[in-house]
Amino acid sequence: MENQILVDYLPLAVLLLIAVIIAVIIPVLSLNLGPKRPTARKQAPYESGMTPIGEAQRRFPVKFYRIAVLFILFDVDIILLVPWAVSFRELGYYGLVAMLIFMAVFIIGDVWVWKKGILEWE
Amino acid sequence: MSFGILEFLKSLIDLTVFDYMRGVWGDQRFVEPVLDLIGALVVSTFCLLIVIFLIWLERKVIARMQDRIGPNRVGGKFGLLQTVADVLKLLSKEMITPAAADWWPYNLAPLLIVIASLLMWAVLPFAPGVLGVDLNIGLFYVLAVSSISVVSLLLAGWGSNNKYALLGAYRSIAQLVSYEVPMILSLLVPILLASSMSTIDIINAQTVPFILVVPISALIFFISALAETGRTPFDLLEADSEIVAGFHIEYGGMKFGMFFLAEFIGTLFMSGLFATVYLGGYRLFGLEEFVTGGGWALGRLLGLVVFFIKMFAVYFVFIWVRGTLPRFRIDQMLNFNWKFLVPLTLALVLMVAVVEKLPFMASLGDVSRAGVHLFANLLLGLVTLEILRRFARKQRMAQEEKLAARAAVNSGSEPGNLAPEAVAAH
Repeated sequence: MENQILVDYLPLAVLLLIAVIIAVIIPVLSLNLGPKRPTARKQAPYESGMTPIGEAQRRFPVKFYRIAVLFILFDVDIILLVPWAVSFRELGYYGLVAMLIFMAVFIIGDVWVWKKGILEWE
Repeated sequence: MSFGILEFLKSLIDLTVFDYMRGVWGDQRFVEPVLDLIGALVVSTFCLLIVIFLIWLERKVIARMQDRIGPNRVGGKFGLLQTVADVLKLLSKEMITPAAADWWPYNLAPLLIVIASLLMWAVLPFAPGVLGVDLNIGLFYVLAVSSISVVSLLLAGWGSNNKYALLGAYRSIAQLVSYEVPMILSLLVPILLASSMSTIDIINAQTVPFILVVPISALIFFISALAETGRTPFDLLEADSEIVAGFHIEYGGMKFGMFFLAEFIGTLFMSGLFATVYLGGYRLFGLEEFVTGGGWALGRLLGLVVFFIKMFAVYFVFIWVRGTLPRFRIDQMLNFNWKFLVPLTLALVLMVAVVEKLPFMASLGDVSRAGVHLFANLLLGLVTLEILRRFARKQRMAQEEKLAARAAVNSGSEPGNLAPEAVAAH
């Protein structure tokens, strides 16, 4: 069994190796082919020609955070749904009813989120 | 079995070369790793080379749609070598790392996104028996690997230390993360119908291509694939006119080229996945099966050709959409996802599950089951359209009322009938 898993994933490991080699070769090739004349102007951050004011990395709007939290909720839900979908045939009516009850609870949560205005963007 | 050059060439043409080499080399330890290495090299080289063609195709088709000619100078009448020239130019550009950037995240991001886009191809079946590895969690693997690009975009945006780049990265992550939900949910429907996540099993389950069984799922998958690959109308993560180029603004030369490369490989992969999951992959009414049964040697080659035709047909639709639709605003994009696509996909998954378990479904054949599913899908589509129509009408009424109210206010203060005091003040 353990051996079978190794046989299954060996091609993936080989492909990963090749992908890493290719991804490293491209910039190395460019590094050797291109000129190297760095100047302070050239290396300044681009801001449409203005001199940058302050740091770029600062606090970000909370609405992006809300999207991330929503995504995690749905992702956890989906992780439950995927194995359910695979073994749907074997589970019979019990599986269907159980998932309908779970989804009802989940959808009630969604409706609450919607009514609460979490989905509004502003 | 001994090695014969004629048999080798023959097996090369009917795509059974790996089986042939296994026969020649026998049962030795090094055989599988060497074959894997060759396969991985072939797939990666194919990806890198096909992008040259894809970029040319995209420029040419978009140009034709916009009534232009497109590339027509380098490499003959059709500009076939234009992209080769572009790649050479990008390669010979200077590699710049901005002074303010964080070195590791900034330089790791393009590497990661290229690695992720190459890794996805491992589970895509090109022809019967021609695929990297038939994982039992195939589609799950694809989704897992494709979400590496989210990490890469965050690294790029944050590492560049540039305001536009960071804004672009926030937008991209909000978009990619949001549209992953309808994408996985819509893929659940084929998984449920095939009872498996393996790409081969899903192809085998498609006596009727799934696009004719569950068209809504196919449509939602296509929309979220557009968003996941960041293509028009969901290209607001690069929105040139607002945030210049988004997360890859600070990247020049080949580092920019790598983001570009990954985008095109990703788009072609999504077309391939769509062709596999919804259009039946390499299947052509069972003709390709002759490789085993009827002894028709060219079955695999036929499967390969069929798969490529389907994949490029879907890819053409990607370009077509780009030539047709304008860009979304970010609030429209997120509302469309969370308030429309996600509820619709949840309803679709539950509906397909219920229909699949209807008492009379067990006694029906494959085709009539597909018919029942198609009917249920169309019904859901009609209901959705009706809800949308009512919503749109309500919104239009509100808009008209607002306009009428504004017109009433404006007509009271027209220059012609200003109050006497105001005229005196002039």
